[in-house]
Amino acid sequence: MATIRFTRNIQRHVPCPSRPVEGVSVATALDGYFNDVPDARAYVLDERGRLRDHMAIFIDGRPVQDREGLSDAIEPESVIDVWQALSGG
Amino acid sequence: MQHALVATRKGLFEFEPCDTGWRIAKRGFIGDNCVLAVRDPRDGATYVALNHGHFGQKLHRSDDGGETWAEVSCPVYPEPPADYEPEAPMEGTPYDWRLKMIWSLAPGGTEEPGRIWCGTLPGGLFKSDDRGDHWTLVESLWRDRRREKWFGGGADEPGLHSICVHPQDPSRVSIAVSCGGVWHTQDAGSTWTLAAAGMRAEYLPPELAFDENLQDPHLMVQCPADPDRCWVQHHNGVFRSDDGGRSWTELKDVPPSTFGFAVAVHPSDPDTAWFVPGVSDEKRIPVDGRLCVTRTRDGGATFEQLRAGLPQEDAWDLVYRHALAVDGTGERLMFGSTTGNLWSTVDGGDHWERVMTTLPPIYSVQFVSAD
Repeated sequence: MATIRFTRNIQRHVPCPSRPVEGVSVATALDGYFNDVPDARAYVLDERGRLRDHMAIFIDGRPVQDREGLSDAIEPESVIDVWQALSGG
Repeated sequence: MQHALVATRKGLFEFEPCDTGWRIAKRGFIGDNCVLAVRDPRDGATYVALNHGHFGQKLHRSDDGGETWAEVSCPVYPEPPADYEPEAPMEGTPYDWRLKMIWSLAPGGTEEPGRIWCGTLPGGLFKSDDRGDHWTLVESLWRDRRREKWFGGGADEPGLHSICVHPQDPSRVSIAVSCGGVWHTQDAGSTWTLAAAGMRAEYLPPELAFDENLQDPHLMVQCPADPDRCWVQHHNGVFRSDDGGRSWTELKDVPPSTFGFAVAVHPSDPDTAWFVPGVSDEKRIPVDGRLCVTRTRDGGATFEQLRAGLPQEDAWDLVYRHALAVDGTGERLMFGSTTGNLWSTVDGGDHWERVMTTLPPIYSVQFVSAD
């Protein structure tokens, strides 16, 4: 299973522990995570389901290309990092 | 005596009176961008709107005077219809149907428990009937095609910053938008009328200067004792209305400047109002670095420049639109600046005392009942 990790900055607003996730894309992996941690969804995605303007997601160190549909594929051993961008602080 | 709720770029502070003036009684959300704080006089609930740079807009509510807080729902814009073709705004490109910021919160009438109105960027008005647990976009206004001509003033998107609920008939609500003029409903938001006759925009070509839909009222306030009397600090002027905000008279002789953001109206004397002027839109600082409050006590026929106790040298404070407040007596006022200075008066502005000089940039000030 892939692993998802969150920036520590989000933790004081809503606890987002690292955990294994299933899925073939960032979108499905995040959906699974947010089903378990629903309060975190609106901190990462906007009301259209797009990645917030000043958030960043990396798959094995590579930034996702599809910030709207989050269709970037993940591998079974991928590490997904949900980080804040340096912009927007 | 009432407390003062002060929302700042880096936290929320509640001040209480003390022997020496004011002191901080409570601190909350330290380090977070608190764009607005409002206490509902009907039930004492306190709301704070947060603008997290990364994590979006959030709204929190406290039912114990700010001791504890719980996150409540945020207004959510619906998906545009599949066949939606946006009109081009006056400036820039069409705006996303996405919440950019909560910019105003107004409790409904005393007979409407739980009703809260919420104004936002990019211009949507929302309504809750359960104290913010759920929000509904006021579609009648949002889907008015004239709304799509609105444009940002300062911000990139238009913003709804003023919500005046009629004190005797809460189904009558007037709103003001930067830049979208003044709109009115008499049926709690089912239908709307654009009416801002007499407002004048210097920032548009002459043939558009009196277009009511393109005006930039920076803040509109309504006198609780005489709701026909409204005041506006506009982008390029000071305006008074005697008919509930439908038509406006421009007051041009307001030294030292007619530019500013904030305005407050006396709760029982509709002829008395206060403003905090800056130089102009291109120089958002006090005239000559000397901070003053302007006050009229005769409906705008004349204005006084109140300076006693305010810095008269090298003061570069700008006072945002929600950062000037008057209490229920009309004698106590408080205002805060972008420089983190906070001043108060107990004599209607004749004399000012500096409350603090080290706060973060101040976004909103409100006098509130203590719990």
